[in-house]
Amino acid sequence: MRAINYRPDKSWRFALALLPFLLLCLAYVIGSGIRLADNPNDKLLPSFSKMSEAVDNYAFKEDVRTGTYLLWEDTRASLTRLVTGLAISTVIALVLGIVLGLLPIAGATFGPVIAVLSMVPPLALLPILFIVMGLGEASKIALIVIGTSLKLIRDIALRVEDIPREQLIKAQTLGASSMQIALRVVLPQTLPRLMDSVRFEIGPAWLFLIAAEAIAADSGLGYRIFLVRRYLSMDVILPYVAWITLLAFLMDLGLRLLQRKAFPWFAQARAQ
Amino acid sequence: MNAIVFDKVWKEYGDHVVLEQIDLTIAPRAFVALVGPSGCGKTTFLRMLLGEEKPTRGNIFVAGKPLKPEPDADRGVVFQRYSVFPHLTVLGNVVVGREFEKSGGLGRLFGSKRKQAEEEARELLTAIGLSGHESKYPAALSGGMQQRLALAQALMRRPKILLLDEPFGALDPGIRADIHVLMRRIWNESELTVVMVTHDLSEAFALGTRIIAFERPRNRPEELERYGSRLSADITPGMNGAALPKGATITRDIEVWPPKVAGSPNAPAHQGSAPRT
Repeated sequence: MRAINYRPDKSWRFALALLPFLLLCLAYVIGSGIRLADNPNDKLLPSFSKMSEAVDNYAFKEDVRTGTYLLWEDTRASLTRLVTGLAISTVIALVLGIVLGLLPIAGATFGPVIAVLSMVPPLALLPILFIVMGLGEASKIALIVIGTSLKLIRDIALRVEDIPREQLIKAQTLGASSMQIALRVVLPQTLPRLMDSVRFEIGPAWLFLIAAEAIAADSGLGYRIFLVRRYLSMDVILPYVAWITLLAFLMDLGLRLLQRKAFPWFAQARAQ
Repeated sequence: MNAIVFDKVWKEYGDHVVLEQIDLTIAPRAFVALVGPSGCGKTTFLRMLLGEEKPTRGNIFVAGKPLKPEPDADRGVVFQRYSVFPHLTVLGNVVVGREFEKSGGLGRLFGSKRKQAEEEARELLTAIGLSGHESKYPAALSGGMQQRLALAQALMRRPKILLLDEPFGALDPGIRADIHVLMRRIWNESELTVVMVTHDLSEAFALGTRIIAFERPRNRPEELERYGSRLSADITPGMNGAALPKGATITRDIEVWPPKVAGSPNAPAHQGSAPRT
């Protein structure tokens, strides 16, 4: 049989998906073993037991200085910033995207300026944000909003324009006003697509968050990583990176499940 | 009377003439079928009637008044595809017309008003052969059922004019025959003037009271060869005398015999008798 016709069934699929993860772990264990055999105090590739010890210290033991559990405190601080930033971005993008995509006048007026602004590298604006808004939470959230909202606006506007012309005409022949078309025809069809767009912006949002935390913060996952870097504490950094990855993955999964649950028509329509 | 009048209508896109010198009166309660080869402008004609496109020259009148320059509730439409809203259930797709009509900016009805609209929509769905499917989404319906739904949706607002853009072109022959029966019933029972674009001549003759053929008289390949040099003269006007017609015009206008009269499906009335309303 040809290679293109071998299709793994469900259990095979699961096993195959697991395989690369296991190989990565194995490679790490071997590499770490070799280095530790050479020098038991090696910091670069700490053993899994060393890492779990660090996780235990950060997640389940109170920090002596602050009286908090550092990992959870860092997670809370980071997620608050990230979710606030993404939520603001999403609302802005939904409103502006629909207005730009649906009203030719708005599109002609603001489309080009948004296209230009979305090319500004957000990280280059970080110093300005720190100067203008101070080193507190506002500047970090603002960076996430600036970094993700412009792309989201363009994305939503494009998806609104993708709605077949026939549907907008049909709504008009049913007597719908522009407002009614926006709320009853365009908005509900944009929401599931918005979920997809936001999923793709989770990665950039984390990037901006960690960059902002690395430069000026007193808590947060990014702050912690850059703090312990000074002590070459790979046993803390690696679990933190894994934790961030897991959080991002769960957010992505959550949005995907929400899309499927909240918009049952969407998967059906897309399958056609 | 709700006659539709085309008064010397032209449609051009830049140099490209799509339709030229269309003079046409469509009687109330007529069922007009527009036929012609692809690209002859029959869909453009329909779009102008819909208000989606404006004629570049001439005027269109409905019931003596100039046509509104945008689609509106007095002209219903069914397209070949994308005619129904994929995010609404079958019932929701029909109710939404009443919601647009009776509610404000939100476009939603609540309580007893919604109940009433749903009741009406259910009746319409039963009449159109979709009862039992109310809670399904359009994607779960077959092509024929989707077009039935699109018809029900359009009829909910009781338009005076119904425009059909190759509505049954993508359906299997058997299903198409069923929906023809339905379409004829709708035309007989409700106060409708129907204008239908179709590729299918037998469909045009089966349903229509009048067939209008569009054609581009100077666009056949052999004519392009023969008249090529003179056509090129059209692009630089004044070089070689009068311009040849480049757009499509009405080439045939056929009254279907025996004449069908709306409202009397079984007994064809005398020619010229006033349509029963």
